[in-house]
Amino acid sequence: MVNDFSIHVATVNGSGSQTANNVLLRAILQMGVPVSGKNLFPSNIAGLPTWFTIRVSEAGYLARRARNDVLVVMNPETAAGDVAAMGPGSAIVINDTLEVPDVPADRFVYRVPMGKLMEPVTTDVKLRRLVVNMIYVGVVAQLLGIELQEIDRALQAQLGRKPRALALNQAAVRAGAQWADANLQKADPYRVERRDLTAGRILIDGNSAAGLGTMFGGVTVVSWYPITPSSSLVESLIGFLERFRRDPKDGRRTYAVVQAEDEIAAIGMVLGASWAGARAMTATSGPGFSLMAEFFGYGYYAEIPAVVWDVQRVGPSTGLPTRTAQGDLAFAWSISHGDTQFPVLLPGSVHECFEFGYRAFDLAERLQCPLFVLSDLDLGMNNWMSEPFVYPEQAWDRGKVLGDAELAGLAKFERYADPDGDAIPYRTLPGTKDWKGTYFTRGSGHDEAARYTENPAAYVKVMERLKQKMANARELMPAPEVREAQGAEVGIIAYGSSHWAVIEALDQLAAAGVKASYLRVRALPLAAAVHDFTRRHARVYVVEQNRDGQLGDRLRAEVSECAARVRPVLHYMGLPLDAQTVTDGVLAHERATEGAPR
Amino acid sequence: MSATTPPPAGQPTNRVGLTRADYDGSRTTLCPGCGHNAITGGIIQAAWEAGLEPHRVAKLSGIGCSSKTPTYFLGHSHGFNAVHGRMPSIATGVHAANRELTLLGVSGDGDTASIGIGQFMHLVRRNVPVVYIVENNGVYGLTKGQFSATADVGSTRKGGEASRLNPIDLCALAIELGCGFVARSFSGDQKQLRPLLKAAFGHRGTAVIDVISPCVTFADHEGSTKSYAAVKEHDAPLHDIEYVPYFEDIAVDYEPGTTRDVTMPDGSRIVLKKLEVDYDPTDADRAWTVIRQARAEGRLITGLLYVNQKTQAFDVERDMVDAPLASLPLETVRPPRAVLDEVMRAYLDGAVAAAAGGG
Repeated sequence: MVNDFSIHVATVNGSGSQTANNVLLRAILQMGVPVSGKNLFPSNIAGLPTWFTIRVSEAGYLARRARNDVLVVMNPETAAGDVAAMGPGSAIVINDTLEVPDVPADRFVYRVPMGKLMEPVTTDVKLRRLVVNMIYVGVVAQLLGIELQEIDRALQAQLGRKPRALALNQAAVRAGAQWADANLQKADPYRVERRDLTAGRILIDGNSAAGLGTMFGGVTVVSWYPITPSSSLVESLIGFLERFRRDPKDGRRTYAVVQAEDEIAAIGMVLGASWAGARAMTATSGPGFSLMAEFFGYGYYAEIPAVVWDVQRVGPSTGLPTRTAQGDLAFAWSISHGDTQFPVLLPGSVHECFEFGYRAFDLAERLQCPLFVLSDLDLGMNNWMSEPFVYPEQAWDRGKVLGDAELAGLAKFERYADPDGDAIPYRTLPGTKDWKGTYFTRGSGHDEAARYTENPAAYVKVMERLKQKMANARELMPAPEVREAQGAEVGIIAYGSSHWAVIEALDQLAAAGVKASYLRVRALPLAAAVHDFTRRHARVYVVEQNRDGQLGDRLRAEVSECAARVRPVLHYMGLPLDAQTVTDGVLAHERATEGAPR
Repeated sequence: MSATTPPPAGQPTNRVGLTRADYDGSRTTLCPGCGHNAITGGIIQAAWEAGLEPHRVAKLSGIGCSSKTPTYFLGHSHGFNAVHGRMPSIATGVHAANRELTLLGVSGDGDTASIGIGQFMHLVRRNVPVVYIVENNGVYGLTKGQFSATADVGSTRKGGEASRLNPIDLCALAIELGCGFVARSFSGDQKQLRPLLKAAFGHRGTAVIDVISPCVTFADHEGSTKSYAAVKEHDAPLHDIEYVPYFEDIAVDYEPGTTRDVTMPDGSRIVLKKLEVDYDPTDADRAWTVIRQARAEGRLITGLLYVNQKTQAFDVERDMVDAPLASLPLETVRPPRAVLDEVMRAYLDGAVAAAAGGG
């Protein structure tokens, strides 16, 4: 088992294991072998169980794997369950003070006296508790053949600025590795071998990628209310802005960030700022997204741009705040009372989190509408291997804004008229001198000149144009990505973080004799290409991380003549999607389909 | 004023060359005799006298009778009639985007003291420069006369039902939250309201003016503490107010020692003429005491309750550049390629701290 297995580390939240796990992750990456890291953490600051899974995959698969091969047991509370979940042939590294019931003989157990090994490293009891994690790093490295110089390099990168902490951690790694070398007989089959498959690749979480992209989008106003799992998006953005968005002359800020009193205020500030011409955004999750609903309806009807990142977590209500889901798609599509539809971007990678970070502004300002970017906890908070991001080449698109120069040449200005026939009106900003450009913005009924009205025909006229605007948006939004398998009867449709499990599942399906095309949806409203894909394939599996098959419902409604061929493959337990779930889901339907090719 | 026509001959113009009519809005749709209409008139007159340039003003409001009024004044200013109780967040965003705009917020007692109390408090706490006018009548007009959170204990609805809950005093609350300009007035006292408004236009920070504005339809009966008759009877001005803008050379003729002066950042002066007592509006403790006593005695204290010109406005506290953020060009707000390269190198080397967990 070379370069194809998963390491599962069970620790206690707040015990400092994050650094240890990231060091292992990076060391393997630096050996040229693709990795991904998934943090399964509780809604708690310290004391509850937490797990971290490192997937080592020479084939480059980055999705979660349902099965773990190597287990590190550090948490007495979960030890018995963690060990029981391991299958035959697996390797188990246990802190020897933990009591674990008998393990079947076909598992390879390594008991490590971690406490004892820490004794010579430091006399400080508190430090021992934090640094003991580095003992397992040393042991695991020794057992799996992870090069100690790469462990050291990874440690230096993370702790290089803290020489004392670095020395302490290095000593603990050495103690673990040396003890393992002298005392453990390697019996399990798992090994990491150096390859050259990761040159130039970065490891980054989607929230940081989104924060970075947002800065390069030229954001000027950010308002937010902290909520897991979106907080780190804004916090990373603040970090970037503080470093790179100060005036070169006097060091003053070319942006404003407001930590609002709640999510209603956050979206209110974003709409106010956008209305006055700023590029404004907020990021939120679950309950915060629900709170913003009234203002979204306002933004839709009054036609004000806004960029809103929803880093999805498990709902409804508080739900599972630290677990991942794709449950907000249907809500995002029509989030307000009354008839509304919203453009939605669905990033599938950290690279796309970066790209949509700046493109979202162009699209929201072009469409004059709140626009949602639906990421999720798996994409946003886990570490993903990626090509470095590409600098945005194109200038920004600020949409249809009339300034004094343009107004001077016009006989009249009507805020909600459609002079270009593309269903997108022109707007003006407060501060515009020309009185022709003045208008009054309201969420109440208005005619094309933005005057209050309850006139049925005037109301309908504006609403029909808004509908047309969103219909036109189908082809303005990023097109889906299609991998067509010639002559395939099976089509798979997915979006967001599900992508990584699906591309792995395509290989598993091929091995099982099922040829399938794949379409990754990148935006709502659905492009015509999504409809065509559905019509082209006899059986269309829509893979989603929610209970109700929310994209599938949309698709059935829009391609109603093909409704019967659209089948859900769903996974909504809060864990990131794995390939086997997709494969099993498709195969179960396929085998039930008479005459389907095997 | 590129789009304006020259003023008709004989019409007086202000310092920016506009007539009073240039500050009008559309016709009011509120009840005849509504206190809010008088406030609208006061805003028009004060804006004209202060020489505000309409294109540099943004009118903001929430929902309710009061929040409808921004269409009735300054028709050449952009306006934003927001959702119920959320005007403060809109104002904060508009200011963050364009700190050069004068923000004129109009709200009511329901919009501010009930549904919007949270946003109101945080606006004041952040000291966002907004002239925040509360048109306070103690009832919900548009939904036909339910009590709001500023209704006095014992004040009755038309059907006789009395309010039993303690009212929220928005001025006391604003002072507690560090507001640097807090005034109370009466829609029927234009002589007091206009100088207060003009002074508020010159304040750098949140200026709260709570204007008692009787509802002629649902709260003008006997038993209502905010009826015209009740307010007129109990109105107790703290001082006579004159506002001397920096651009006008007016000598205010008072006996020495009978006035207090407050100088604004732009050099304008608020001149307060003493009445029965010498009220010092820079003393917050005194302001609270006066508000509490007045409530206990059933009197309506009006005037400049508290002023503090040393508070730091939101844009200064945020250390924002002078130019409106909305006007910054792409090259200012999109860092160069070298910055992305630098960040990518840090991620390549693993020198970036891992994303934080926690719930």
